[in-house]
Amino acid sequence: MPLLPDADALDAATGSASGLRRFLLGLPGVDQVGAEARASALAARSVKADAKRQALDLAVSCIDLTTLEGADSPGKVRSLCAKARVPDASDPTCPRPAAVCIYGDLVPVAVEALKGTGIAVAAVATAFPSGRASLEVKLADVRDAVAAGADEIDMVIDRGAFLAGQYAQVLDEVRAVKEACGRAHLKVILETGELATLDNVRRASWLAMMGGADFIKTSTGKISPAATLPVALVMLEAVRDWYAATGHRIGFKPAGGIRTSKDAIKHLVLVHETVGDDWLDPSLYRIGASTLLNDILLQRQKMASGRYAGRDYVTGA
Amino acid sequence: MTFDYAPAPESTAVVDIAPSYGLFIGGDFVESLDGSVFDTVNPATEEVLSKVTQAGTADVDRAVRAARAAYEGVWSHLPGRERGKYLFRIARILQERAREFAVLESIDNGKPIKESRDVDIPLAAAHFFYHAGWADKLSYAGHGPAPKPLGVVGQVIPWNFPLLMLAWKIAPALACGNTVVLKPAETTPLTALLFADVCRQADLPAGVVNIITGDGDTGRALVEHPGIDKVAFTGSTEVGKAIARAVAGTPKRVTLELGGKAANIVFDDAPIDQAVEGIVNGIFFNQGHVCCAGSRLLVQESVAEEVLVALRRRLLTLRVGDPLDKNTDVGAINSAAQLSRICEISDSGDAEGAVRWSPPFSQPDKGFWFPPTVFTEVAPAHRIAREEVFGPVLAVLTFRTPDEAIEKANNTPYGLSAGVWTEKGSRILWAADRLRAGVVWANTFNRFDPTSPFGGFKESGWGREGGRHGLEGYLR
Repeated sequence: MPLLPDADALDAATGSASGLRRFLLGLPGVDQVGAEARASALAARSVKADAKRQALDLAVSCIDLTTLEGADSPGKVRSLCAKARVPDASDPTCPRPAAVCIYGDLVPVAVEALKGTGIAVAAVATAFPSGRASLEVKLADVRDAVAAGADEIDMVIDRGAFLAGQYAQVLDEVRAVKEACGRAHLKVILETGELATLDNVRRASWLAMMGGADFIKTSTGKISPAATLPVALVMLEAVRDWYAATGHRIGFKPAGGIRTSKDAIKHLVLVHETVGDDWLDPSLYRIGASTLLNDILLQRQKMASGRYAGRDYVTGA
Repeated sequence: MTFDYAPAPESTAVVDIAPSYGLFIGGDFVESLDGSVFDTVNPATEEVLSKVTQAGTADVDRAVRAARAAYEGVWSHLPGRERGKYLFRIARILQERAREFAVLESIDNGKPIKESRDVDIPLAAAHFFYHAGWADKLSYAGHGPAPKPLGVVGQVIPWNFPLLMLAWKIAPALACGNTVVLKPAETTPLTALLFADVCRQADLPAGVVNIITGDGDTGRALVEHPGIDKVAFTGSTEVGKAIARAVAGTPKRVTLELGGKAANIVFDDAPIDQAVEGIVNGIFFNQGHVCCAGSRLLVQESVAEEVLVALRRRLLTLRVGDPLDKNTDVGAINSAAQLSRICEISDSGDAEGAVRWSPPFSQPDKGFWFPPTVFTEVAPAHRIAREEVFGPVLAVLTFRTPDEAIEKANNTPYGLSAGVWTEKGSRILWAADRLRAGVVWANTFNRFDPTSPFGGFKESGWGREGGRHGLEGYLR
């Protein structure tokens, strides 16, 4: 078998559980030391001046502004949506984030609050964040959110089944959820912090894409480590190789732990030098974050004025 | 959007280059007795940086005498722990002045600042730290219970890693109790001359380290000087052979680190993305000016096309240009002479039927440049598969079985390094056992560490540098 599969191999692989297993285990390995070295080399890129200005604006427009707390209330979500509408009251040139990401029961609130803005409503579903529920319950969760008006569904895979080698079960679940999404976009969360190895990250990425993911996403944000650079690198390589095999562009969303402008720029560099600039667009790239936006706003203000303002010069969500 | 990195040049304010330099002999910069001067230029801009002295035979003689006097008078009497103190001090000063050294190295050599900053200078300091630790423990190094220094060592180093090669040479020599006369390459003398300042800052006794500049004639005069006890040379195999002939029949000891034509072997089960990084690092690191560069890629036939597709795609993101830009991956070729050698041997690749490919590259108006280049359809008989290019030129060959890979890898007059890429641990051990090379890297390439001995088989050299083994060349 060649190192990387083509479309025929993909079709053949999904025919049986054992075929799928052979296919995933036959993907080229990831040398962890090498992947970490590559990621840290890219993280050392020096992004300055105009390049930094552009990168910061791009980062803002790719953010899925997120609140996923048990204590979330309609008021908190409305407040977050207001922040998404006007990220920086002192600067009307500031772009808006791509989406607001919330729990399913709050979708109606967000839909109402974001009407007419073009900002998408993303809902986490499928028994987020653990994914531990029956398929029926997970599907009902998805249908609920879609019916309430969610544009995007962020699902979690069953890590227990994946680690037990029950790849076919994971694949079937992703397919079922994709179907339940209807017109909504599907982001599949691998929760890479629980997958333990980069080999698993690569396999899970392929599995999610085979199941019909529109986006693959690193983490729920509830588990540490979350969106590390080596993990992002391996997932982007999978996205790149999938495009080579099928001609389809799948989106990528690192989420969890990206808190500073510096972090965000490192991730953008990774995209730029791994899959290319086609992916530097909210339709193919998102950053899941809650506190990142304010750090970027402070950076933008500093680039405009030459001085750092304090935290009191950006709004809380 | 298109994401172009804005220029991110490192500041040169930290560097102070004098309009001219004398020779560092006996602890002072002195004028030449019989020499002339020549220019050292910035290979990225062709700007003349400074005038340095072409040391003549009288200068060489003076330097050797200064080293002898320091050896007899001070250095050979010092207990190891005292020598260690000086070496530790030098290491710390190198760290403190790391930025100054890194910027100067990139200006004089043409290598990217990220490599001089993150590789050359930290490793140079590490070599002094490491050998400082050995200075008072030589009895435990496995070279006899009471090893003795050799005396005065004449050292000649190349232009590819000017300060790092200086550290590889001077640190073990001083740790073992020798004194040195070192000649840096004529195109890259500036960091060695700045190192002279470090020696003074460290209060190193006068004459323990002497630095004389000049071309091959100066080097020859040093090698042939009857007052030295040992020659240590890193450079081309051709010059290495001349040195071996020159010292034959004399009591002088010799260590030689010479050329290479390393095989980087990619098996069909390799971690492909990391292997591609390893190929890039193997041949395009330091513009390919690396004696252990992985200049022959041996890739298993069943995956050759895919590896090459991935490699070409990767090379499209390799950034060639201003060495002082922090985002530059590949800098300038060190000299016009080296550029013409690279061009000449690459042209032979075209003429002999190999297929040349380079990513799009816009050549700066000034300076010496050569784009990263891959030759496919290379036959083992082609010159580009046999001769050391010492530039960013990769020759790709294929193999079908592991035995064939080993046979092709070993079919070279050289034997400095090799690389093996496979997910199978047993195959790594099997291959490493059969490869006739001083260093075999597994799933990585071009990794250096002061604790790890380095050196070649066959025409790649005599002796080892670094590690416990490297001390042997400076002891009797």
